[in-house]
Amino acid sequence: MHKSLARAGLATAAAVMSAAPAMAADAKIDPADTAFMIAATTLVLLMTLPGLALFYCGMVRRKNVLATMAQSVAATAVVSLLWFAFGYSFAFRGDGAVFGGLDRLFLSGIGIDSISPFANTIPEMLFMAYQMTFAVITCALVGGAVADRMKFSAFALFCALWLLLVYVPSAHWVWGGGFLARLGLIDFAGGTVVHINAGVAGLTAALIVGVRQGYGRENLAPSDLSLAVIGAGMLWVGWFGFNGGSALGVGSRAVFAIVATHLSACAGATVWSGFEWVKRGKPSVLGLISGAVAGLGAITPASGYVLPWHGALIGALAGAVCYFASTSLKSKIGYDDSLDVFGVHGVGGVLGTLLAGVFATAAISASATTPGVAGLLEGNVAQLGAQAIGVVVTVVWCIVGTWVALRIVDAVVGLRVSPEQEREGLDVALHGEAMGL
Amino acid sequence: MKLITAIVKPYKLDDVRASLDRLGVHGMTVTEVKGYGRQKGHTEIYRGAEYEVNFVPKTRVEVVVADRMADEVVAAIRAAAVTGKIGDGKIFVSSIEAAYRIRTGESGEDAL
Repeated sequence: MHKSLARAGLATAAAVMSAAPAMAADAKIDPADTAFMIAATTLVLLMTLPGLALFYCGMVRRKNVLATMAQSVAATAVVSLLWFAFGYSFAFRGDGAVFGGLDRLFLSGIGIDSISPFANTIPEMLFMAYQMTFAVITCALVGGAVADRMKFSAFALFCALWLLLVYVPSAHWVWGGGFLARLGLIDFAGGTVVHINAGVAGLTAALIVGVRQGYGRENLAPSDLSLAVIGAGMLWVGWFGFNGGSALGVGSRAVFAIVATHLSACAGATVWSGFEWVKRGKPSVLGLISGAVAGLGAITPASGYVLPWHGALIGALAGAVCYFASTSLKSKIGYDDSLDVFGVHGVGGVLGTLLAGVFATAAISASATTPGVAGLLEGNVAQLGAQAIGVVVTVVWCIVGTWVALRIVDAVVGLRVSPEQEREGLDVALHGEAMGL
Repeated sequence: MKLITAIVKPYKLDDVRASLDRLGVHGMTVTEVKGYGRQKGHTEIYRGAEYEVNFVPKTRVEVVVADRMADEVVAAIRAAAVTGKIGDGKIFVSSIEAAYRIRTGESGEDAL
């Protein structure tokens, strides 16, 4: 079945290619690509503001709703400013295999006509802005693992340090021409840079900060899952910009990415929900949205390299694997990854990054100048190896960088709120605000 | 004067209100409460985390009436709120020492 579908994909892609004008070779600002990427940038920012803010705040207790939202807003502010100051330059400039460049600090040197070699049909300023929204959401994601118990000052400082120590190097290695890209790792929209990093950092932080008071004994039920559903909806729709926009230009590849992404979300929701239905007797709305997000995270690295049915399959697998990671695995080991950042994004990211090496279909990523990347099913075993190396490097460096960042934050401001503050609730204790009766 | 406190199933509130209205009791105070007696709670599950929720939402209706009306009012509330199933609730009667209308300063039964 796969071979005929691959041939169909090849035929489709060949037809698309012959119809399209000369691609990629000329560095020239294209208005259609630019318009599309402005829209994609907007969509990805929406995923954080207010998508993630709502998704997360609905799952915490009422006394911490505002504090949880504050983390998403603060992450946006802190990370954006630091990305402007040095993040973009370190990630996407310079020829170093490990270290990035210093020539775009504070975006100096980016003029009206500047174009990045990584996105050569849109303004460099736009490429910078698009990548900024990715950095923002990755840092904001980490907060979910330590929900209900981290100091606001600690979280803000952590975002700054973690951006510098983990996200920026990782982005440089995978997307900015660094050693993982040279190794042949494919990661279309951030299976490693975003999801593995956020998930592993979340788990590391959850282990270091410790479990919530009353974990395993008291009722820590979500305060308002309707907000979580609204947030998940924004994430799902925004992901069309996250994965679609990673084509860095308008066209068929963006569409293939969007379709694979959407089918992955649907399959993830169905499978997670199905497991719940069988194991627990009732399919929950939390299970539906969790499965969808698991599928979305898992397809992220593969989205611009695979066929739609691969997307559905990856989503289904993510729905199953992430379900067990977030329920059985978590309860067996006993860590308090409050909002399942590791279970959904970390595990989903690893799964998707590896499966990208299995399902990559050369016709999808082929262009006038390159032959495209093939995966295991098309006979290229080496790709899976490159993916595995990418996963291991990302995981290891993330643990190291996260640990260092947390140690510094703990020394400077302290990581965790006091037991009294945790009891009272972070909204009142940290922000002097309350949701009201 | 008597304070009649009735804990009833939330969806019965309107029936209780209508029945008191027919008796000539034109004011009441209502609070949303939770509690349990013989009615069991339920289990909620969030991504594998199970929580036993023992308390069930109820509505508390409070009316203050003249002594001579108390029995009638209790009977009316009971008739409106009963379903025959566990969890129908309870009615308590206690004594009120004094009552005042804030706007006019009237006291006693004139305040009711």
